[in-house]
Amino acid sequence: MLTVTGVSWSVAARRILDDVTCAVPAGGLVGLLGPNGCGKTTLLRIVARLAAPDAGLVTVGGDDVATLSRGTLARRAALLAQHADTELDLTVGEVVLLGRTPHRGSRWSDSAADRVAAADALARVDLDGYADRRWHTLSGGERQRVQLARALAQQPLLLLLDEPTNHLDIGHQLHLLHLVRRSGITALAALHDLNLAAMFCDAVVVLAAGRVVAAGTPAEVLTPGLLADVYGVRADVVAHPVTGRPAITYHPPAP
Amino acid sequence: MARRAADPDSRTDAADPTRPTGPGAVRRAGHAGFRAAHPVGLAALLVALLAGLVVSIGVAVTIGPADIPVSTVWSVVADRLGLPHAEVPLLREHIVWRLRLPRVLGAAAVGGGLAAVGAVMQTVTRNPLADPYLLGVSSGASLGAVAVLVLGFGGGVAALTGGAFAGALAAFAVVAAVAGRRAALAPTRVVLAGVAVAQLCGAATSFVIIWVADPHATQSITFWLSGSLARVDWAALAWAAPVLAAVLALVAAYARTLNAFAFGEDAAATLGVPVGRVRWLLLVATALLTAALVAVSGAVGFVGLILPHAARFLTGADHRRLLPVAVLAGAIFLVWVDTAARTLFAPRELPVGVLTALLGVPAFVVLLRRRKVRG
Repeated sequence: MLTVTGVSWSVAARRILDDVTCAVPAGGLVGLLGPNGCGKTTLLRIVARLAAPDAGLVTVGGDDVATLSRGTLARRAALLAQHADTELDLTVGEVVLLGRTPHRGSRWSDSAADRVAAADALARVDLDGYADRRWHTLSGGERQRVQLARALAQQPLLLLLDEPTNHLDIGHQLHLLHLVRRSGITALAALHDLNLAAMFCDAVVVLAAGRVVAAGTPAEVLTPGLLADVYGVRADVVAHPVTGRPAITYHPPAP
Repeated sequence: MARRAADPDSRTDAADPTRPTGPGAVRRAGHAGFRAAHPVGLAALLVALLAGLVVSIGVAVTIGPADIPVSTVWSVVADRLGLPHAEVPLLREHIVWRLRLPRVLGAAAVGGGLAAVGAVMQTVTRNPLADPYLLGVSSGASLGAVAVLVLGFGGGVAALTGGAFAGALAAFAVVAAVAGRRAALAPTRVVLAGVAVAQLCGAATSFVIIWVADPHATQSITFWLSGSLARVDWAALAWAAPVLAAVLALVAAYARTLNAFAFGEDAAATLGVPVGRVRWLLLVATALLTAALVAVSGAVGFVGLILPHAARFLTGADHRRLLPVAVLAGAIFLVWVDTAARTLFAPRELPVGVLTALLGVPAFVVLLRRRKVRG
């Protein structure tokens, strides 16, 4: 669904991404991991064509994103940013309907299909009946779910999630990733929390200093050795008692 | 679909005989929220505003030193339209057709146009304080128009509008350059740069007018810098009206696209909007409209700032509702403010920009304090 091949990107002579290659298969949820500043956000921006790579190729649904129109790309890939906010006094319904923008053609009014897709998207994030609520009255967790509903209303083939659980409490973090998983849409998610990544992702890609240093299933990748190399932390990795996936506990830094 | 049972609104469905059936009806409770999120029906609001504008224009023409009833105004207009009407004395015909009607229509055009320009600028620059006057675009247009006058291209409205357009674009380019490449994300920096450019253009305009020893220098400076509708005639309107109509049509066509800017340019881009092209097109179009309006009235401030915010109270942020309401409300607003400007201290006349500033600066302060303006 998504392939990234040999992508490099520099700013001010500093290399942010260096020959990055990875892929997300159809239906998969892939976690993009790595320390702050490793290039996760930049990679997502390049996939969404908010930045153009210096070298390399990105394909979504089999086509080079550089050759797609903005509208076509928006029908294939939807981005959920870290914390979207607006000065405007919008209702939840208006925000979700923004997701229909790439589907509307030159129509002036919302079609029945637009309203069905928007209402359905709100239901899929468990926010039925929120359409008339004001965006500014929502909690952080509700706002992220509304933004997820907006992304679902785009009916994309691929979801791009940039640390979607930032600033959310643990209940909302689990709920949001559960909703992404339940949507069944192919997704690439930049994540900080390794336990969340291990719990929800089919595969993870670890970036460090702009290079891919490991990729594979969470069990293959999230080892004490890798955590020491990439994050500089000591950790134990055991099998989660319920899921059987890796569960990580950290040691305090040596004095 | 099983989740439907938990929907708190589901109990209302059974009581609703109009409930449609079929797959599209399943989420009916959700649909309700996707229609009318604003308290006032748009159609009723537009009809009321349109009627209000027509009545305002008709009544405003009757107000002034010479007492003229509405019936006379109607007779004069009916005469021009070839409709049956009562006879009107020539002097009164002259007052209505040559003096007052173009001025009142000019006020409506400038008020409506500036409201549209302000609404679009606020969205495209993502800056709630954006306004052609505050961002220096109006002052740049004034300087451009004055420069054209001085350089001897003549005082024709076409040359004035062309000069004003060049000045408006140049002023906005300077503001964007001074405020930096991420101007759209730094509202207060843009406003500060705009104020500096406006001051510079104002000083240059005053200098040019005094340097060429314009016999009506003081009056000219007041006209170009504070705005006045005292000079409006049919020739000026004939130039401004097509520009106004064309730019309003363009902006209306982009109303839904403008909505996509609510969460910023990157969000708009990921919604499929070709952001660079749209922003460039709309900023040039609004600069052109600003120039056409400045050629009519000089630089009238704060209309473009206040009216879009006032209209949002009635319509919410959706540009499909906001733009027509802002345009009509702006037209009505400036018709009455200009009527006040020419009658409050009669026989002396206030520049209309003085009154709009008196009303606009408090609104600006409220906006500045209430909004968390970043940058």
